[in-house]
Amino acid sequence: MSVVRAENIRFVYGGGTSFEKTALDDVNFEIEEGEFVGIIGHTGSGKSTLVQLLNGLIRPTEGKIYINGKDIWEEPKKIREVRFKVGMVFQYPEYQLFEETVYKDISFGPKNMGLEQDEIDKRVRSAAEFTGLREDQLESSPFELSGGEKRRAAIAGVIAMDPDVLILDEPTAGLDPLGRDALLSQIVDYHKVRKNTVLLVSHSMEDIARIADRILVMSKGKKWMLDTTHNVFSRGKELENIGLRVPQITKIMMMLRQKGINVDPTVLTVEQGFNEIVNYLS
Amino acid sequence: MEEFIEVKDVYFQYEGTEGEDSSAFALNGVNMTINKGEFVAIVGHNGSGKSTLAKHFNSIYLPTTGDIFVDGINTKDDDRLFEIRKKVGLVLQNPDNQIVAGIVEEDVAFGCENIGIPSKEIRIRVDNALKAVDMYDYRTHSPDKLSGGQKQRIAIAGIIAMEPECIVLDEPTAMLDPQGRDEVIHTITELNRNMGITIILITHYMEEAVLADRVIVMDSGNVLTSGTPKEVFAQVELLKQRRLDVPQATELIYKLAGCGFELPKCVLNEEECVQALIKYCSLQKKNG
Repeated sequence: MSVVRAENIRFVYGGGTSFEKTALDDVNFEIEEGEFVGIIGHTGSGKSTLVQLLNGLIRPTEGKIYINGKDIWEEPKKIREVRFKVGMVFQYPEYQLFEETVYKDISFGPKNMGLEQDEIDKRVRSAAEFTGLREDQLESSPFELSGGEKRRAAIAGVIAMDPDVLILDEPTAGLDPLGRDALLSQIVDYHKVRKNTVLLVSHSMEDIARIADRILVMSKGKKWMLDTTHNVFSRGKELENIGLRVPQITKIMMMLRQKGINVDPTVLTVEQGFNEIVNYLS
Repeated sequence: MEEFIEVKDVYFQYEGTEGEDSSAFALNGVNMTINKGEFVAIVGHNGSGKSTLAKHFNSIYLPTTGDIFVDGINTKDDDRLFEIRKKVGLVLQNPDNQIVAGIVEEDVAFGCENIGIPSKEIRIRVDNALKAVDMYDYRTHSPDKLSGGQKQRIAIAGIIAMEPECIVLDEPTAMLDPQGRDEVIHTITELNRNMGITIILITHYMEEAVLADRVIVMDSGNVLTSGTPKEVFAQVELLKQRRLDVPQATELIYKLAGCGFELPKCVLNEEECVQALIKYCSLQKKNG
């Protein structure tokens, strides 16, 4: 059974006003348990709207969202439970830190779930470890942390709820390459250990190419494609037409291929491209 | 070339940080010159001092010691603050912090109104600025209905409309999609080439830095290295050691050259990379 299923989703902002805008139209897809799915799309393609629908922050105008086979709006009063199952890390989550200490901030979610103190403590510590925060930082104020650390603390707060589906909306925006690589590898490691489903929204084709199993491509409020990373990035020209790109290394290989150099045009990382070219030249 | 900004031995310490050692300073004795009409990219880690430096260029921060001159005016000269801000426009990282009006075109006009541009002239400038960032169709929309990327382009339009001599952009594309990024960078390059506006672009994207005339790499509050993109990105080892990115094209050729293939020392983009490889292949063929 798929862990996330969207069925004929349509979402309209400002319905009945002069600002009425259809953000999503007839979106259908299924995501299997344990998948790491990248979500890409141009600005305004509906990515953020889509992920907000998945954890019940907004309600579809038409269509249904199923989590673990259950329609999340079947009992609207229980929508809070959906938010424990589908954890959401917003853009710039560090702006949402508010507690006196990092520890208290991370424990906010588990506390709201009504967990025992022992369990909360266990979760806070393991979430902090997953995101690379040091033990001694737990007692400091979140506002004493650096930008990158603040973001980790905010992500730890969602991980501490141990969601079946973890959604991250551009988690690396504004981070430097060092912070970006560190955070991404922590997310990947967490995913490997916890084996839960991760949906990652990103504008960085290079990052997505490196870590996603499959990619959901959104364009103009519609699902444009949901396929393996390899298959998605082998459609470079079409991706460009909808305002996206392929990683630079993939582009280089495509261009070489066009010039009659017989290399695999669908490589995704510099390492793969390097091996492919060394093979060809030798 | 005529100097536009001169940074002389600048140290800067944030209020509340203590101590005399170098780690207490966000800027540690920075010296640099930005010439009129130049397009300079500043790269470096978070905490390397790039944003702190950027905020010095139009007197938001003042050096703790040392001096900065903008077109000959010391940024500490309080009486000429407006003159400096008119010359140097600043676009910040987060567009939400710089949108003030309820309608896009009013927001873009805000700066112009403040510096007393006649309203007929404002109309023309606002339209041109909005066209330059490809947001003209949204001129009567409300900014809060726009996406992050669109808001950023509005913020840039607001600066462009004031027609400054220099625009400092602090990671303006961090939140944009690839196409939005291309459009903004294209706009910046056009403003530099066609109107001679001096551009200082602070960015984490090395693909953007390679487009500049000069790249300055900051590390621990000081200049680590600087030069043309070719000169800077040829130092792959140094950049990697400091955990900075290089474009994938540069990295690929660097790695291949390291294995003994005779390739140029540095390429900056996919075209140069492909050209270098094709040339190598045809030479190999000729030599049998």
